[in-house]
Amino acid sequence: MLAYAVRRLFGAIPTIFVIIAISFFMIRLAPGGPFSLERPLPANIMRNLEAIYHLDKPLMVQFWIYLQNLVQGNLGPSMVYRDLSVAEIIGSGLPVSIQFGGAAILLALVVGGVLGSYAALKQNQMSDYSVMAIAMVGITIPNFVMAPLLQLILGVELGWLPVGGWGEGAFRNKVLPVIALALPQVAVVARLTRGSMIEVLRTNPIRTARAKGLPERIVIGRHALRAALLPVVSYLGPAAAALLTGSVVIETIFGVPGVGRLFVQGALNRDYTLVMGTVILIACFIVIFNLLVDLIYGVLDPKVRYD
Amino acid sequence: MTTVSQFEQTVPGGEIKGRSLWADAWARLRSNRAAVAGAIVLAIIGLASLFGPMLSPHDVGQVYRSYIKVPASTTAYPREAEIPDLLKTALRRSRADITSLDVDGDLVTLTLTAEREIDPRITRSVERNADFTNVQIIETSPDGLSLTMQMEVTRSYFLFGTDANGRDLLTRTLFGGRISLMIGLLATFVSLIIGVTYGATAGFIGGRVDSVMMRIVDVLYSIPFMFFVILLMVFFGRNIILMFVAVGAVEWLDMARIVRGQTLSIKRREFIEAAHACGVSTTAIIRRHIVPNTLGPVVVYMTLLVPKVILLESFLSFLGLGVQEPMTSWGVLISEGANNIVEAPWMLIFPATFLALTLFAFNFVGDGLRDALDPKDR
Repeated sequence: MLAYAVRRLFGAIPTIFVIIAISFFMIRLAPGGPFSLERPLPANIMRNLEAIYHLDKPLMVQFWIYLQNLVQGNLGPSMVYRDLSVAEIIGSGLPVSIQFGGAAILLALVVGGVLGSYAALKQNQMSDYSVMAIAMVGITIPNFVMAPLLQLILGVELGWLPVGGWGEGAFRNKVLPVIALALPQVAVVARLTRGSMIEVLRTNPIRTARAKGLPERIVIGRHALRAALLPVVSYLGPAAAALLTGSVVIETIFGVPGVGRLFVQGALNRDYTLVMGTVILIACFIVIFNLLVDLIYGVLDPKVRYD
Repeated sequence: MTTVSQFEQTVPGGEIKGRSLWADAWARLRSNRAAVAGAIVLAIIGLASLFGPMLSPHDVGQVYRSYIKVPASTTAYPREAEIPDLLKTALRRSRADITSLDVDGDLVTLTLTAEREIDPRITRSVERNADFTNVQIIETSPDGLSLTMQMEVTRSYFLFGTDANGRDLLTRTLFGGRISLMIGLLATFVSLIIGVTYGATAGFIGGRVDSVMMRIVDVLYSIPFMFFVILLMVFFGRNIILMFVAVGAVEWLDMARIVRGQTLSIKRREFIEAAHACGVSTTAIIRRHIVPNTLGPVVVYMTLLVPKVILLESFLSFLGLGVQEPMTSWGVLISEGANNIVEAPWMLIFPATFLALTLFAFNFVGDGLRDALDPKDR
């Protein structure tokens, strides 16, 4: 399994390289640059700045320099936030995003899994329909609508939680963003779990377990749930990668200092190095989580073999 | 779900009429209540967005400075009690005091007194406020220090309230729907054309061409999508039409995969072989035989893609990257609503309801179509 994981990680290098190359040249093609301000800088200052960041060299040379630095683990200095390196900027945002994303995934898995299994066990009964109707609402209402609605209901009307602000990372300030982040995921997980649970409950292994006289609790909890979680895992892999690298909307609405906003801000400011840094970060997360999904598959489904 | 008797249609003369697969699918779709309801909702929202702004008494960009952020209400503005305040604001600079005020339906009679002679041109400062029309001086006292005028109040209805600039939210919501729906359909159409052509070509030619073409799709898949869109924004500036042609050009990947899969399964069938044997060219086979046969899944995917694009547009507009003033869309309205949520919640609730209803309806219709066109899949 370890050999398999290592092989997969090496196999991802070409993909990541292509992503880096495409992103690098695409953002350079965009009009404007990190130093194009409303009032243009004097020509000689501009020249000096460009020389420092190698922006005066041909594009291919710049790409080569960037790759050389990257191999040494150097993401370069930010071009807009002076005195900060890209690694420092990402380093300050990533823990926050991981914290929020992690909490949201956990919430989605537990609440969504329980709701979905419950609905599957009560298939075509009133409680099934109501759970699925709520899930449908959760999936269809986009988070930039859900988040302000939560603010309105829980924050303004009921006054239970602060509407926004970071509050130096106080727990009370984190509850709403995590809920807003988790709700659509809870809904998707519930739907997926229900669907696969219904199928799994009809399979022979479950019939065998029941025939052996195992208590329902063990049939569901140990045998059925394990198989039913497979589609959930393959959904949650990429979803987790996206959540852990931050959500632009949630971070903007609640004023959370995460990674999600860095990317959009970077692209708008033409902060080339910061954009590249976030793209590489996201690409790595996607690769790692896709690998994790395959490894977890092996744990959940004994039929899966790595070769 | 459907009884046999429903499917048996006897024609006069006792023959049994054959039923095509499409007729079957249509019957299944019609018996799906959620899908039918979704289609009706879509039709209503579509028609309202198309014709609503034309029928509305308010123009999309019309600003009512006296009604900024007024709540949604079915009674007309200004309310009787607000008229004195409105007049006071209008006459703020005139150095005349209101001595009597009489509101009778739409007719207001007003008497002013001042220490100096009142200029009859004072009517203009009242008229400048769009709420009052036909301002006439009916009586002037001999010394000119007091003056009575009569005017009509324009009553306006703001069923959804107004926004932070005093514009009618109902008109704006419908107008925004027009933009949102248009963008959704446009981008979906672009992705349909690219995806179907690409997928059908890759699937039909097969072999090395297929693997290279699908490899390209794989690589494009792994690029963070937001990155693409933001760069497109930068390239196309603020031109939303071009921008969503571009979004359509990004969203075709799934379509290409679906069509390729379908094509692979169709191209081994006998009728394709027959077409080959008849000497039909590859392009003609793709156009005449392959593409029509992939239609089922493509239609399903399209109905699910439209809400996706609408959502994307709203998301971009929410971030301030999408549609710009004076145009508007549901995303822009929602974003404005989210910024004013404490003092004007209706600014969020109405556009959000329209957006959510549309997304719901598209999803229901899409699910219904999938069940109808692919009964195995249930």
